[in-house]
Amino acid sequence: MTSAALRSRAWKLLELVTTPLLPSDYLDLVSPLRAGADLRGRIEAVHRETDDAATIVIRPGKGWRGHVAGQYIRIGIDVDGVRLWRAYSVTSPTSRADGRITITVKAIPDGKVSNHLVRKAKPGTVIQLDQATGEFVLPAAKPAKVLYLTAGSGITPVMGMLRDTKFADVVMVHSAPRKEDVIFRNDLHDLVADKALTLVELHTDTDGMLDIAELEKLVPDWAERETWACGPTGLLDAAEEHWAKHGVAERLHMERFRPTVVVAGEGGEVTFGKTGKTVEADGATPLLNIGEEAGVLMPSGCRMGICFGCVTPLKSGAVRDLRTGEITEASDSPTAHVLVQTCVSAAAGPCELER
Amino acid sequence: MTAIDPTAHLTDEQIEELGRELDAIRDEVIASRGEKDAAYIRKVISVQRKLELTSRGILLFSLFPPAWIIGTAGLSVAKIMDNMEIGHNILHGQWDWMRDPKIHSTTWEWDHVSPADQWKHSHNELHHTYTNVIGKDNDLGYGIMRVDEDQKWHPMYLAQPLWNFINACFFEYGIAAYDLELGKNLHKRRRKNPEFVARAKAVGRKIRKQVLKDYVIHPLLSGPSFLTTLAATFTANLIRNLWSHSVIMCGHFPEGVQTFERRSIRGETRGQWYLRQMMGSANISGSKAMHFMTGNLSHQIEHHLFPDLPSNRYAEVAVKVRALFEKYELDYVTGPLPKQVFSAWHKVFRLSLPNKKPKVKTPDRDKELVAA
Ligand SMILES: Cc1cc2nc3c(=O)[nH]c(=O)nc-3n(C[C@H](O)[C@H](O)[C@H](O)COP(=O)(O)OP(=O)(O)OC[C@H]3O[C@@H](n4cnc5c(N)ncnc54)[C@H](O)[C@@H]3O)c2cc1C
Ligand code: FES
Repeated sequence: MTSAALRSRAWKLLELVTTPLLPSDYLDLVSPLRAGADLRGRIEAVHRETDDAATIVIRPGKGWRGHVAGQYIRIGIDVDGVRLWRAYSVTSPTSRADGRITITVKAIPDGKVSNHLVRKAKPGTVIQLDQATGEFVLPAAKPAKVLYLTAGSGITPVMGMLRDTKFADVVMVHSAPRKEDVIFRNDLHDLVADKALTLVELHTDTDGMLDIAELEKLVPDWAERETWACGPTGLLDAAEEHWAKHGVAERLHMERFRPTVVVAGEGGEVTFGKTGKTVEADGATPLLNIGEEAGVLMPSGCRMGICFGCVTPLKSGAVRDLRTGEITEASDSPTAHVLVQTCVSAAAGPCELER
Repeated sequence: MTAIDPTAHLTDEQIEELGRELDAIRDEVIASRGEKDAAYIRKVISVQRKLELTSRGILLFSLFPPAWIIGTAGLSVAKIMDNMEIGHNILHGQWDWMRDPKIHSTTWEWDHVSPADQWKHSHNELHHTYTNVIGKDNDLGYGIMRVDEDQKWHPMYLAQPLWNFINACFFEYGIAAYDLELGKNLHKRRRKNPEFVARAKAVGRKIRKQVLKDYVIHPLLSGPSFLTTLAATFTANLIRNLWSHSVIMCGHFPEGVQTFERRSIRGETRGQWYLRQMMGSANISGSKAMHFMTGNLSHQIEHHLFPDLPSNRYAEVAVKVRALFEKYELDYVTGPLPKQVFSAWHKVFRLSLPNKKPKVKTPDRDKELVAA
């Protein structure tokens, strides 16, 4: 017998010993980061970056498979006893010697997880992790000229790239309200001093918002540059239009932190079949949030409609896609249920989800 | 159904007001649920697992009498914790708000022969909805006993103290049978019902795993202590069964607890539902340790009012609930464990004999409602 087969035999036997629990239920008590466990991480340090941003140093469990610069991870952290999942870009380089990863979080007003991470998270806390994912990455073949267009906390995935890969010609246009709000300001200026980066730093409180039409003045050859952009919806929408208008849309790579929600309508009563809960939902709140509030175990991912980590069978009724307004109705077949993305769908009348 | 309705002095308006006051108590707990509560249940789970592991470890040497005694005691406590404070309460969804998939009513499985999902159906959906409604709530007498003066007597009931004792010793099997509604489903016509067959198979699988673990694997691991470990796990299961049976009997059987007629719950309002839970349950008084070992089912009244509030909060809720009983001049049935156990058994013995039909009729809320 191979050693893998032997091990799986032994594991089966152990399961007979621990039933109805699993051997891992006991192992988790002593070694939550071990190989073979659900992926978790331990917060090792929290470094303040600005008044409302901090970098969290995480030691990932043995199962961590590494990331590509620009990708994000999902973390599940208990805030006031409730497990909440959010996505954060990895800001550490892939080559970090101690195997730790960092994320950098900006606290947003009333934000549950971001405020917890920036102001309350303590070293030693064990958090849940997912493997890194995301398409916002550098290509294998190095482009000759690069532009990074960022604003606010949108600098995070780009910082991961800057720390990871050197290019001959890199320009960065970064906006933040004031000088002291610029996350990683020291690191950026160190790179400038090393001649590894050309930086255009805009302070919107004094300089005003970046008008995308003015980009040409700041970076005359912008259209020739392979561009990675990340920031608030307004900036990204403007960039998307601008690049398309100049026929260079294929050079623009974007990362959004939130979905662009356009519509809302009538809500309805939502039933979660498996958990046996029924709650009233308005037509603007994603079903993901509705379920979570009711204590239902809802799978989730990016929470903005790109990863499909949240798809759930719709057993009856109708839901509305908050990005497009499109209505999806449950199918008549009792077995082949339509799958809906709960993070960007709201109730459109009474409906039932299989959770 | 007692001869005199102890809630007769309340007007419909008062009953609804009582309901609102109870809702407020519930909302307060929900608003303040948080990190401390989460830490509590995680701690309990962690202690239980360590206790079970240690006890089973000690039992590997159960040939040595002190090891047998310590191991058996530890395993009994671990099994009681698993079923009561942990399993029962998690399966009620008391900890679902934490959204931890490892501590959730839809994923939890317990050290019990009845699979969690079947127990949830018969317990949460039937017993908690139809609390003490004769003919609807099978927890009342488990379908094998006469528990109310109004129930027709049959010579079979003469032996009900014996049925009750046997049920206590093998309580987990009694519950599995009862969750399967064996009495009803073993009828010729129903026996082949595919849904019943599937459920019966699930119970069979669960029993097989439980028996294999307790009576084969662990004794085998004990080598020369095979027989003594077998005796130890049997004893631990027996102690757990007797204990949980006693606690549960105290919840609804003691004298002073009301039962209800099927038609009295038709068109029940929220206030009336609360009132039925208040009158249909009884508490056990005692130390913190006692409350813990009953899985806080010693706060049965509070548990029945708010089945999905975290169990560690029932003690503080009880103070407020008791004040409401006083305000509305209702009888809060409670007493120390021995007294309540005696009272429940006394009823089992008393009703094993025929009695005269009570003469005075219960004032019927249903009729009042129609008249109003
Ligand atoms: C792929 C991806 C990568 C991300 N990377 C990072 C990162 O590196 N650093 C970082 O700080 N954040 C990042 N985010 C955003 C992050 O996941 C959370 O959305 C953010 O931290 C807010 O969560 P919260 O729990 O604090 O707010 P919530 O409690 O969920 O929301 C509070 C309020 O703020 C609004 N809101 C939600 N998200 C945002 C937002 N991004 N900006 C403004 N308002 C918002 C909500 O509509 C709500 O009204 C990323 C998101 C995605 C999808
Ligand atoms: S969570 Fe990613 S698509 Fe819904």
